[in-house]
Amino acid sequence: MAQQIIFYVLAVIITVFSILAVTSKQIIRSATYLLFVLLGTAGLYLLLGYNYLFAVQIAVYAGGIMVLFIFAILLTNKPGENVKTELPIRRIVAGLTSLAGLAFCGHIIYWNVKKISVLTEMADITPQQLGRMMMGTDKYQYLLPFEMISILLLACIVGAIMVARKR
Amino acid sequence: MTQPLEFTHLTSWLDTTLRAALPEFWALLIEFVLVAVVLLAAYAVIALILIYAERKITAFFQARYGPNRVGKWGLLQSLADMIKILLKEIVKINRSDRFLFFAAPFFMIVASMATFGGIPFGKGLHAVDFNIGVLYVMAVSSVGIIGVLLAGWSSNNKYSMIGAMRSGAQFVSYELSAGFALMTIVVLAGTMQFSELIEGQRFCWNIFNGHISSIIAFVIYLISGHAETNRGPFDLPEAESELTAGYHTEYSGLQFGFYYLAEYLNMFIIASIATTVFLGGYLPIQVQGWDGFNGIMGLIPSYLWFFAKTAVLIFLSLWVRWSFPRLRIDQLLNLEWKYLLPINLVNLLVMVILVLTGLTLKDLFGII
Repeated sequence: MAQQIIFYVLAVIITVFSILAVTSKQIIRSATYLLFVLLGTAGLYLLLGYNYLFAVQIAVYAGGIMVLFIFAILLTNKPGENVKTELPIRRIVAGLTSLAGLAFCGHIIYWNVKKISVLTEMADITPQQLGRMMMGTDKYQYLLPFEMISILLLACIVGAIMVARKR
Repeated sequence: MTQPLEFTHLTSWLDTTLRAALPEFWALLIEFVLVAVVLLAAYAVIALILIYAERKITAFFQARYGPNRVGKWGLLQSLADMIKILLKEIVKINRSDRFLFFAAPFFMIVASMATFGGIPFGKGLHAVDFNIGVLYVMAVSSVGIIGVLLAGWSSNNKYSMIGAMRSGAQFVSYELSAGFALMTIVVLAGTMQFSELIEGQRFCWNIFNGHISSIIAFVIYLISGHAETNRGPFDLPEAESELTAGYHTEYSGLQFGFYYLAEYLNMFIIASIATTVFLGGYLPIQVQGWDGFNGIMGLIPSYLWFFAKTAVLIFLSLWVRWSFPRLRIDQLLNLEWKYLLPINLVNLLVMVILVLTGLTLKDLFGII
């Protein structure tokens, strides 16, 4: 029962702040609302018992990416001013794009949830198991994707330095 | 061995009585609330003690008396300060973002409090023992910086803004070093769970176990932890001579109190994580084979050991704070990105080699 109550509280928080994040006129407030959404998601992971995912969600999204977002917003011109409403044609395009995204994600989630239908139990996964999973070369282990991502990040860093050096 | 002064007796007695008298749901609920209340109370009390200790030690370093009027030796000074800060008016700032201005201190205090809850204070005095303990502490403490950034922006004050930007740059950089230093020890211990980390250090603390590598990691952790708390030679974000008080210039009353409290508690948290990870946590000093000595040391309750070790580190932090002049921002960032981070990365590799080739002290001398 307690789990259900916490789930509903988190769900309401996530929904309300997601809506606020996109409807808010001030960009810095949007960022703050988005932060609450990310923290709520972390709460859901904790509720499911995925401790590692919970900590990573907070460290990477709330503590890392949101800090960079807010930093970037503070460095832009006037973060406190209301964002001007875009032209109607743009709004229509944006609406269509988001609808398409919703349909795509919804389709994937619907099919996968139908396929599994029961959440697999992985509450007791230890960091040691996770490390072997990430660094292993056997079947269903992730060394290659892991290294690919690190190359991608390296490329991003080099690119950022190139952009910064141009001035 | 019976240890009459441990809290485990009290907590297990409470647990059995509650479970006997009430259904499990209510027993657990009452226990959760109790744990939360005790943690909050400990948070406030430790802050008061730290403020008093800091003022006295500062006075000692500067060859003056420090607080000595309120109560004997000024013992009640921080209590009086607390009452004053509670009674102060909370000032509203014109043309500022009201919502963010009020929300910002909560980010700071909640992040600090959540980290505080993850610390093992003694045997049975550990609120939650995640299997990812070290990562949890690192993750949760990183949220606090958002409070600083939002405070700086929503104060509608350029000094606050500059202070917040400096603080952000500093925190993000030094957090990296602190994380790597802790990761070095995770490699050594092979676990991130605090209880296992502590248990593994029974006869050989991690700082000795990994000798060269551990000591480098310890020093780096202390430096970067010190920088994360915006203190000592790293207090650029609140440099009084340039920025009045930095990001919390416009705050008053309890809101300022939140920042003040969080700053002191962050110092305590850094020291206590260093204690837990490097110095054997709440375990007494024990030597393998010396059973009589171990028995006598074991009589001293674990929380006293924990607070004693933490106090030593806090004293070290204050010593540094009052001994070095403030750094410039470029020196600060150079120190992190050009020295600490490369040293740290190499150090991590050295530690991996030490562990894989069996050159840790435990392997060399056959300590359990």
